[in-house]
Amino acid sequence: MNIATDVLLQVFAPATAAFAIAAIGLNFHFGLTGLLNMGQAGFMLLGMYGFAIAAREGLPLWSAVLIAMGAAVVFGLILGWPTLRLRGDYLAIVTIAAAEMIRFLGRSQSLLDLTGASVGIRGKDYKFIFEGLSFFPDERVTILWFTMHGTKSNSWFLVVVAWILVLLLAGGFWRLSKSPWGRVLKGIREDEDAVRSLGKNVYWYKMQALIIGGVIGAFGGIVWALGASVQPDSMGRTTTFWIWTILLLGGAATVFGPVLGSIVFWCSLMLIRAVSREYIPDSIMPTTAVEPFSLVLVGVGLMLLVIYRPQGILGNKKELAFHA
Amino acid sequence: MPDATTLANVEHVPGVAKPDPILVADGVVRRFGGLTAVDVAHFEVQRHTITALIGPNGAGKSTFFNLLTGFDSAQEGAGVFDGRELKGMSASNVARAGMVRTFQLTKALEGMSVLENMRLGAQQQPGENILRAFAAPLWRTREREITEQAMTLLARFKLDAKAHDSAGSLSGGQRKLLEMARALMTKPTMVMLDEPMAGVNPALTESLLEHIVELKDSGMTVLFVEHDMHMVRRISDWVAVMAQGKLIAEGPSHAVMANTAVQDAYLGAHHDTDLSEEN
Repeated sequence: MNIATDVLLQVFAPATAAFAIAAIGLNFHFGLTGLLNMGQAGFMLLGMYGFAIAAREGLPLWSAVLIAMGAAVVFGLILGWPTLRLRGDYLAIVTIAAAEMIRFLGRSQSLLDLTGASVGIRGKDYKFIFEGLSFFPDERVTILWFTMHGTKSNSWFLVVVAWILVLLLAGGFWRLSKSPWGRVLKGIREDEDAVRSLGKNVYWYKMQALIIGGVIGAFGGIVWALGASVQPDSMGRTTTFWIWTILLLGGAATVFGPVLGSIVFWCSLMLIRAVSREYIPDSIMPTTAVEPFSLVLVGVGLMLLVIYRPQGILGNKKELAFHA
Repeated sequence: MPDATTLANVEHVPGVAKPDPILVADGVVRRFGGLTAVDVAHFEVQRHTITALIGPNGAGKSTFFNLLTGFDSAQEGAGVFDGRELKGMSASNVARAGMVRTFQLTKALEGMSVLENMRLGAQQQPGENILRAFAAPLWRTREREITEQAMTLLARFKLDAKAHDSAGSLSGGQRKLLEMARALMTKPTMVMLDEPMAGVNPALTESLLEHIVELKDSGMTVLFVEHDMHMVRRISDWVAVMAQGKLIAEGPSHAVMANTAVQDAYLGAHHDTDLSEEN
């Protein structure tokens, strides 16, 4: 029963929402436009820093959110300006490097006063501007079989706000992907020269996609930071790969693919962790090995996915499949 | 059919001036390192004609095409299209100015339906702006017009039954037709076809030729690259021949084929190919 509630909690946990949001952003990049952005964690981290630092300095919630979005826009512009002329794989290399640069910059001792270096920013320094708005009681609340705090960190309040955000963003993706704008992006995904020959400014469209997906990534970062804390190393390459796994698992270019992908991903991760902790004796697998073991299984799962269902759970094979 | 009226008095020499040119290229040079791929001193395309650009492999035809359509930029020289300077103009702006191209390797957007391919070609769709895209009422009316235009064109190219199929499910020849139809969605004044007949079966070649002639009949100018001399002879009003980056001959097809410089250029490099049927 304990394992079951732990796993089921992941269906709606704030972390699941945070990754679903980041994957919706990546869906604008890869699903719609075909941009291989391997630096989504960098956008998330910038959003976290922008939000947390603004909040810590006493700015109101809306301006903290705007600063987080602004940071992602600026990063997108700087990243896109030289790289969007590059194709596929080259963009992937540049984005992964750029995201790492953000992380190392955040960790740097010279920015200790601003980012808190490798320790990061503690939750209580910035979460208050969000938690102050909570309409849940300031204590642990049990709904059905699930117990979470009403207001603090991974709270019922955050769950509600995060999933409203997920639905809004998924709705926005639906509207845009089914619009003439989305059609141009899909055309670019298929063959950008063909789209250019039809009189569309491909570079500008790719820039728009990169920025909008990056800003959504920053939202994902904010949701993550409100549940956990701002820690540069929690937004490394692994995070980017998880977001990719989630998108490909759920189905790229679909509206609910990123959401379903995130739910399936986090539930399986929790299930593997809980089962191996509970039923595999310490002599065979010590507790320290549980985490790496579950990640190995995630990797195996991703391999199976690419081989047996390259379009993901909800994807359309004719439209977009992960063909290696 | 050769157009007797407009080009009858034009001399058969490379670089000759035409009475009413829609496209003029002047001193266009493109080098790749030490290799000069294109070095065209002067070239004019007469409005409302079908002009063929022929030449052996490696003559620089496709590179010249890319230079004219903004997909590549020349080191020297410039072109003028319909009174507009082409130098520095991006490929998308060239298309918007009314000169649209197709590709030698067909670029059907395979992950999209045939109809979506067509719609993408349309211009002036306000919904292609990200902010307006959110408000469907702002672009639905235009979308309906575009769909109607697309279905009419698809019917003309006998692809209307496939409108909702994925473009990836079309045959090679059908993709060529789709690409041509999609280019027409931009309502061009000039159509540039890069080897429209390559890899198309004989039955479809017939209908492609008819479509090209129809383009001229509806008031467009066509410039196309082709290898097959029979196709060229049947539909072109004027033929320009390139070899080793230079324009070596111009004239109506019969005059060009009798030209010894052309025979040397073709037979010298290509005595085992299609031209043998001329013997």
